[in-house]
Order: sequence, then C-alpha cells, then structure tokens
Amino acid sequence: MRIPCPHCGVRGSEEFAYLGAAGLRRPEPSAPFAEWHAYVHLRENPRGRHQELWQHVHGCRRWLVVTRDTATHDVFGAVDA
Amino acid sequence: MTYSLRRLVRESLRGNTGWAPVWREPEPKRHYDVVIIGGGGHGLATAHYLAKLHGIGRVAVLEKGWIGSGNAGRNTTIIRSNYLLPGNERFYEHSMQLWEGLEQDLNYNCMVSQRGVLNLFTSDADRDAAARRGNAMILHGVAAELLDAEQVRRMVPGLAFEGARYPIKGGLLQRRGGTARHDAVVWGYARAADRRGVDIVQNCEVTGFRISNGRVMGVETTRGFIGADRVGMAVAGNTSRVAAMAGIHLPIESHVLQAFVSEAIKPVLDTVVTFGAGHFYISQSDHGGLVFGGDIDGYNSYAQRGGLPIVEDVMEHCLAMFPRFGRVRVLRSWGGVMDMSMDGSPIIDRTPVEGLYLNAGWCYGGFKATPASGWCFAHLLATDRTHPLHAAMRLDRFETGAVLDEAGTGARPNLH
Repeated sequence: MRIPCPHCGVRGSEEFAYLGAAGLRRPEPSAPFAEWHAYVHLRENPRGRHQELWQHVHGCRRWLVVTRDTATHDVFGAVDA
Repeated sequence: MTYSLRRLVRESLRGNTGWAPVWREPEPKRHYDVVIIGGGGHGLATAHYLAKLHGIGRVAVLEKGWIGSGNAGRNTTIIRSNYLLPGNERFYEHSMQLWEGLEQDLNYNCMVSQRGVLNLFTSDADRDAAARRGNAMILHGVAAELLDAEQVRRMVPGLAFEGARYPIKGGLLQRRGGTARHDAVVWGYARAADRRGVDIVQNCEVTGFRISNGRVMGVETTRGFIGADRVGMAVAGNTSRVAAMAGIHLPIESHVLQAFVSEAIKPVLDTVVTFGAGHFYISQSDHGGLVFGGDIDGYNSYAQRGGLPIVEDVMEHCLAMFPRFGRVRVLRSWGGVMDMSMDGSPIIDRTPVEGLYLNAGWCYGGFKATPASGWCFAHLLATDRTHPLHAAMRLDRFETGAVLDEAGTGARPNLH
C-alpha cells in the first residue's frame, strides 16, 4: 500500500502511523456523556471507501486525511488534516 | 453415524465406500426458534449447545459462503487460558475445559493437542508482568509455571540465547494450552449440531432484519425471508456491517490479521512458543509445517489479505527468536478480518433490539474461545439471562467504564 503524501510524494505505508476514522468531532468538555462515548468508541467501520487519519511519522510528520478503500486497499488520495 | 475404531476398520476393508456426508444441506424453513447468523466455529458451537444443553432443536445457522470459510479457517489454531483479568480468565478457562472434553462430546477428532503454551519474556519488566499474569491464573485455579532461562533452554532447543537482540530470561508456561485442528472444530460442531436437527444453510447471506416495534421478527436473506423468535449474530469481522442493518452502531473496527505456514519439515518444535518482545507466536502442525503469525496490519481492512510490511516484520521476529528457521521456506500466507473492539475483549450480550443478540469483538482471540463462546451464547439465546462466565463481556461496558482492557492500551483497536 502506498500513500501519496502531499509534501513528500508517494511513500510506502510503513512510513506512516495509523489513527483511525477521520472526521470525528471532539465534543465540548461539558457535552453529554453519550456524545463522549460515541466520539471515543463508536465507529462506522465501513467496507469500502473510508476517510482516515495517517501521520507521516518517518517523513514530514504531518497528519493527513487519506481516502482509501478498506476492501481493496486502493488509496484515492491524501490531504492535510 | 458414530465414528469408532470398528467403523474405521470396516470402512477401510470396504474401500471407504460407506461414508456419507455428515451434515445435510436443507432448504431453509419459514420459521425457527433461533436463527444464528454466521457458520463459523462460534455460530456452529452455539447451535450445538442450544440443541444439546437447552433442548432447542428448531435452529438454523445461516452462512453466506461455506461453513468455516472465514476466520475459523484463518487462524493459528492456538488454544490457551492464560489471561490476566478476572472477566476474561474465567471465560477462557471454561473454554479450555470444554476443549479438553470436546472430542468425546462431538464424537469427532478435533486433534486437540495439549502441547503447552510458553510465553517468553526478555526483560525484567516482562518477567514481572508474566509473574503477575501467572499468579492471576493461579488465583482462578488455573495452573501456570514460571520458567527460568535454563528451563526454557532445555524445553525449547533452537531458541536464540547467544547474542540475541532480545535475550530470553524465561517464560510463563501453561502446560494445558496447545493447539487444535481448526477445520475439524468447524466440521465437528457442524456434524454434532446437524445430528440434533439443526439446519445448516450455506450460501445464504443475510441482507436485512425485519424489526417490528423494536423486536426482531426474522431475517431477510438471499434465499428469502426466514422468521425467528430470536436471532444471534456471530459474524466477527463483519459485525459492524450486519449490525448496521439493524441500526446498531458498535465500538468495533475491522482489521486484517495475517498468518503463515512454512513447508513441512521434520519435528523441531513440540510446543507453542510466543514472544512478547515483539509480537510473534509459532507452533508446528502435525503435518510438519510451522504455523506462525504476529501483529495485525494496523489499519481498517475487510480485504482478507495483508501487506508486505507485516510479512517482513513477522519474519524478522521469527528469526530473532529461532535463527535456525532461516532456511525454511514459507509456503502460504493468508489474512483474516478481525473484529477489533475498543478494549481488545469480546462482546456477548443483548442488543437494543429485542430478540437480537450479539457475539462479536473477538480481536485476536476468537479461535481459542470457540467452545465457551458457543456455550455462553447458547445460554443467552435460550434463557435471555447473562451467565456469570460472560458477565463482564457486556456491550454497555464502554459507556460505564467497566472495560476489559488486557493490554491497557485504551480505545485504540490497532494497538490491542
């Protein structure tokens, strides 16, 4: 699997660290418990196109939002998070 | 047809012409007491215990492919009960005890081999953790032994002691652990369930749930609607997708875990050895192949195949531990899709939909759990009551904070 880093070019996925689904909105500290539970634990976990956070730890160290297919491992693109 | 030595001799004299298929291929009925989604080890074990222990025979197991084609056929066949947390240990020990009597129970040779499971430690901190885990096991009445380096050297020849990157200081041994033949477990449970009247319906994919007033009425499938009083999901790997059809959102990510087998070589390794300095586990099958694996690839995947970085990583761990395997050729590798839960432990519980039950989140640990998972899930489906053995494996533990985090890594599925 290769990830097109917008800063360093196309690199092997082993240069990156994975965090999980992108687009989760961190609730306010005072938000109801259910919102915090959803943020910390619940995931869509789709089969197919997935937006996810990768950090280029062995490159520019930028956090990226990568669009990738979880069934085929096709990578469609990456932008700065 | 019961298997016995007499039967074996008779068939061998008659050219093995008298064997018949050991489970039927029935058309699904319109309605069942219990429908189990997923014809893997867990689903089939559930059906067996439902019929055997709870007298519920109107049961169907629905499998989208063929039985055992998912993770039941994609693991490294290790069985053990060396857990730290009470909520896990009592459950896995129950599983171990069921393994010990499984072949008599099923009248099927599952090749359960209690060859021992040895967890090596390579630092003082590792030794402390192993001692703590061993003591936790002993507190639950499960035998554990702490071996020093010399005892390990005598037990497992060929380990890297001289000039090793991770010098081995000893190991935690569970002698009752070992391996079982994964396919035979599936076939044994399928045959036993079928003999008690359970319908095993293959090539039947669930495409939706029929839910009325918050209660499940049955499942829509590629072979039509099948009604059921109760429905159990045992579809680890695809749990998020199946549960989403019932509007249930879960604390699970799907990840790919690879495993490997080498060409068959003469017997060199008569126990299961794991390596905690990295993450690696290895045994030798009765056929002679070395069966081994390591970490998950670490990103969401439904692909049933992984990437080369983990292949390299696993091979490096193997050679760091056993330099002598450097000339052995790898025969095959494969990937299975794991339900990685947010605390690394499974879920056996009710769902917000009445009559719909969940068996999921097995992470790395699904195979060894097969008998107890089926046993507990059958109890839950039959009685609607939580058995103490799986009382800690609740779905709401992520909200209440009563998580079962063996590794202490928090809500990071790719780190468990």
